[in-house]
Amino acid sequence: MTYTWLVVVGLLGAGVCDLVLLRTRLLIRKSFWVSYAIMFGFQLLVNGVLTGLGVVRYDPDTILGLRLAYAPVEDLGFGFALILLTLSCWVALGRRAAGLPVRGGAGRPNLARPVPAAPGRPARRPAPPGRRRPSPGSSPSDG
Amino acid sequence: MRQLTYLALLAGCLLGTLPLELVLGVRVYARWRRLVAALVPGLVLGVTWDLYAVHRGQWHFDRRYLLGLDVAGLPLEEVLFFVVIPICAVLTLEAVARRRPGWPIGDEPPKPAEDGRPPR
Repeated sequence: MTYTWLVVVGLLGAGVCDLVLLRTRLLIRKSFWVSYAIMFGFQLLVNGVLTGLGVVRYDPDTILGLRLAYAPVEDLGFGFALILLTLSCWVALGRRAAGLPVRGGAGRPNLARPVPAAPGRPARRPAPPGRRRPSPGSSPSDG
Repeated sequence: MRQLTYLALLAGCLLGTLPLELVLGVRVYARWRRLVAALVPGLVLGVTWDLYAVHRGQWHFDRRYLLGLDVAGLPLEEVLFFVVIPICAVLTLEAVARRRPGWPIGDEPPKPAEDGRPPR
């Protein structure tokens, strides 16, 4: 497979991880896209230095040839997949630390597998108080 | 000095994002076990992808810009790339979440329902 096709597969894989496997749904969150917009500039800088200086050199046959700040456009996709996969795992692990189910999904109905509502049973387990972002000085609880 | 180029670039990424931990207090390094666990899939898949690409000749490295140490068949710096860049990403996401509490990232504990709307 060329680098271009590998990037397509990588992007799809990271998207499936975020939306289906872990259901962290970062791809529909403003917080993620604003974070990525900030990272995008630095991504261009880092990729640009690496490829501009020639630290990494590409076989022209494996890329489209479209470049942005020296770097093949594929590098942006590679970086995006790496970032999305990592952040999806980070959030999923944070859900566990907060006492939530690791897989998301309680926030909106899952149309594929509707679960009958159990009367009198809370939809979510309440989180232990103060696990999320405790005040400075308190002991790390979920690190 | 040229051999330090790639390593210095990665060090710059870590130094540049360090104030997010030290000044803004995002507590990413403080939650290091969660951080290490979150890095593993990207590190494993990234290194695998990289080894495949190098094996297929899709890209190669100019050794003049590298320390010359190899880890798992790749230059040390290239392996560290898959640690450093994801750390910077987590720091950035947590910084945004800290500055904009109204933009959840998905791991927030549910608040007691006041308006009947489920937390996202």
